[in-house]
Amino acid sequence: MIDKRKNRRLGIILFSASILMFGFGFALVPLYNVLCNALGINGKTNTTPVAEAYSPIDKSRVVTVQFIATNNENLPWDFHPSETQVKVHPGENRLITYFAKNNAGKTMTIQAVPSVTPGIAAKYLRKTECFCFTQQTLMSGKSMLMPMKFHLDRDLPKNINTVTIAYTVFNTTGQTRGKSSKAGRISK
Amino acid sequence: MSDAITHTGDHTHGHGHDDHHGPHIKKGILPWIGRWVFTTNHKDIGTLYLWLSFLMFFVGGAMALLIRAELFKPGLQIMNPDFFNQMTTLHGLIMVFGVIMPASVGLANWLVPMMIGAPDMALPRLNNWSFWLLPFAFTILMSTLFMKGSAPNFGWTFYAPLSTSYGPPSTDFFIFSVHLMGISSIMGALNIIVTILNMRAPGMTMMKMPIFVWTWLITAFLLLAVMPVLAGAVTMVLTDRHFGTSFFNAAGGGDPLLFQHVFWFFGHPEVYILIMPAFGIISEIIPTFSRKALFGRSFMIYAIAAIAILSLIVWAHHMFTTGITLSAELFFMYATMLIAVPTGVKVFNWVSTMFQGAMTFETPMLFAVAFVILFTIGGFSGLMLSIVPADFQYQDTYFVVAHFHYVLVPGSLFALMAAVYFWLPKWTGHMYNEALGKWHFWLSVISMNVTFFPMHFLGLAGMPRRVPDYALQFADFNAIASVGAFVFGVAQLLFLANIILTIRGGKKATTKVWEGSQGLEWTVPSPAPYHTFATPPVVK
Repeated sequence: MIDKRKNRRLGIILFSASILMFGFGFALVPLYNVLCNALGINGKTNTTPVAEAYSPIDKSRVVTVQFIATNNENLPWDFHPSETQVKVHPGENRLITYFAKNNAGKTMTIQAVPSVTPGIAAKYLRKTECFCFTQQTLMSGKSMLMPMKFHLDRDLPKNINTVTIAYTVFNTTGQTRGKSSKAGRISK
Repeated sequence: MSDAITHTGDHTHGHGHDDHHGPHIKKGILPWIGRWVFTTNHKDIGTLYLWLSFLMFFVGGAMALLIRAELFKPGLQIMNPDFFNQMTTLHGLIMVFGVIMPASVGLANWLVPMMIGAPDMALPRLNNWSFWLLPFAFTILMSTLFMKGSAPNFGWTFYAPLSTSYGPPSTDFFIFSVHLMGISSIMGALNIIVTILNMRAPGMTMMKMPIFVWTWLITAFLLLAVMPVLAGAVTMVLTDRHFGTSFFNAAGGGDPLLFQHVFWFFGHPEVYILIMPAFGIISEIIPTFSRKALFGRSFMIYAIAAIAILSLIVWAHHMFTTGITLSAELFFMYATMLIAVPTGVKVFNWVSTMFQGAMTFETPMLFAVAFVILFTIGGFSGLMLSIVPADFQYQDTYFVVAHFHYVLVPGSLFALMAAVYFWLPKWTGHMYNEALGKWHFWLSVISMNVTFFPMHFLGLAGMPRRVPDYALQFADFNAIASVGAFVFGVAQLLFLANIILTIRGGKKATTKVWEGSQGLEWTVPSPAPYHTFATPPVVK
């Protein structure tokens, strides 16, 4: 005897389960970000400012911090760090700048996205100020120096002597997402 | 298990002759079309699935031959690189979603109700809809070839940003067709689970169920778990392309690497979805032609369940070179290696079933034995790929191509062919042509090895995947592989011919068909009547 109600009920339960899994696919997005932040993996740095370091500086260690700049998709901007590498002690606050110039014939907005190598070092790189926290807009032909202030946590694993921060700039002109801000720039 | 089954009364006789040929329909093309479009009979729908799969097999195969023709010698011969990329993309998508999956679902439709003594699938109208979404899905997918710009050209894995920022306009059609395939698979899987759990004949306990039914039960649960995630992934690609979201767009705060996590969370269980029904088929065929019960039957069931669970936690082994942390690499490496244990149990049990059996080598058995040997080779190259430092060398080379073709061609595909030869007499009432079947087998098994074995060497020597042109030192092995591919392609025409000849005539098949056949489907007449087990059999 076929119990149609029973079949339909189980069918509905299973269908709900598949809807739940569809939701789970989307839940992977925040889950991924939470995990990356918590575990400090994937080279992701903080996206909002943190407090400056006040703890004593660890003078016994010197860590080389290198800066890299990349333009995504032939973006017509000049974009490079003012100095390619600095030596810092863990716990020491340091300000560096990136130079940016818009060579396009129109006003453009960019977003810089950082990535840290080795990935595990991202957890120990603290940025108190960064041009990457917001989108940056420049009129045609204008240039600016963009600041980035950071310190390395004193708990940085002992085997890490070099930290590389790579910034890629993306063209976000015309995209309204994210906050565009002129704060924190040093105009030239 | 066969001696535990007694078939109470031959209830099929009262239905008359027409039962063998389907429902009463008026003569003419429209009633004929109507019969197939509106059918809710599990055997009809199984047949539709199998024919669609066979058609797509030749379409996807033709694309593979175009790829191999281009790669026959170095340099660009017959197509530009962009068209080459479209061919590799569509070949992959069609073989995975258009050939292996529909054929497996088709077999489940035909066999699961008969094997568990049910009159039909639990939700017959849903079943009709599951199938009829597919022709539309593949029409949409194929139509992209004729669109302005190009067809999808980013590989079947459609990694972002290739499919988001750089995808051709036709990507949206690809996304919609994947949605349709996903809905079809989810509904098909749901139907199979309900059928197996609710429609078993009295006395057919879970542990008495044939292994093919067991593999499909577990496969169906995997499908329900991961097909929605694929649907989510393509939806995210769609909204990234058109609705301003930034799931995979670094500029907007997203992460392209996230795509790979979401995709492979679906993608790795997917490869087990492709192979597990094949495990079930082989576990039915080997005991039949060894004239023994399956060795370690309950362990086979536990092994499938273990593989299914492990398959959900190994996805990042596709991403060893993306810069994931050392601890993650270690976890995913060991978890992947762990899958070799239940898989090893299965191979051991197949071999032990054959051991000291009274074996005969009819075509289905030949395919099954080849499956055991060649799938194991594919499994071993998989183990090699699971080793992180080795994978750094193998990643994105022809070694990977060799690996997954070894598990999919002599794995899934051979099992499906074995299944067609094995159950064709039950479906059509005629024995297939054994000589032609053996020709098909030997041509296939030899040419398949000629095609894919040299790819191991090409990969180890450093030839990358997805390239239309290559360095001169790879020329010889590529030429050999191309020759093998064309022989393999031609051999499949023998398969088509054999099936058509068997449908049209041939030696009458008996009810039992095979001397050693076990299970309820061999207790109904050949060809199986249109309606079987209207009154459930009693399984003791």
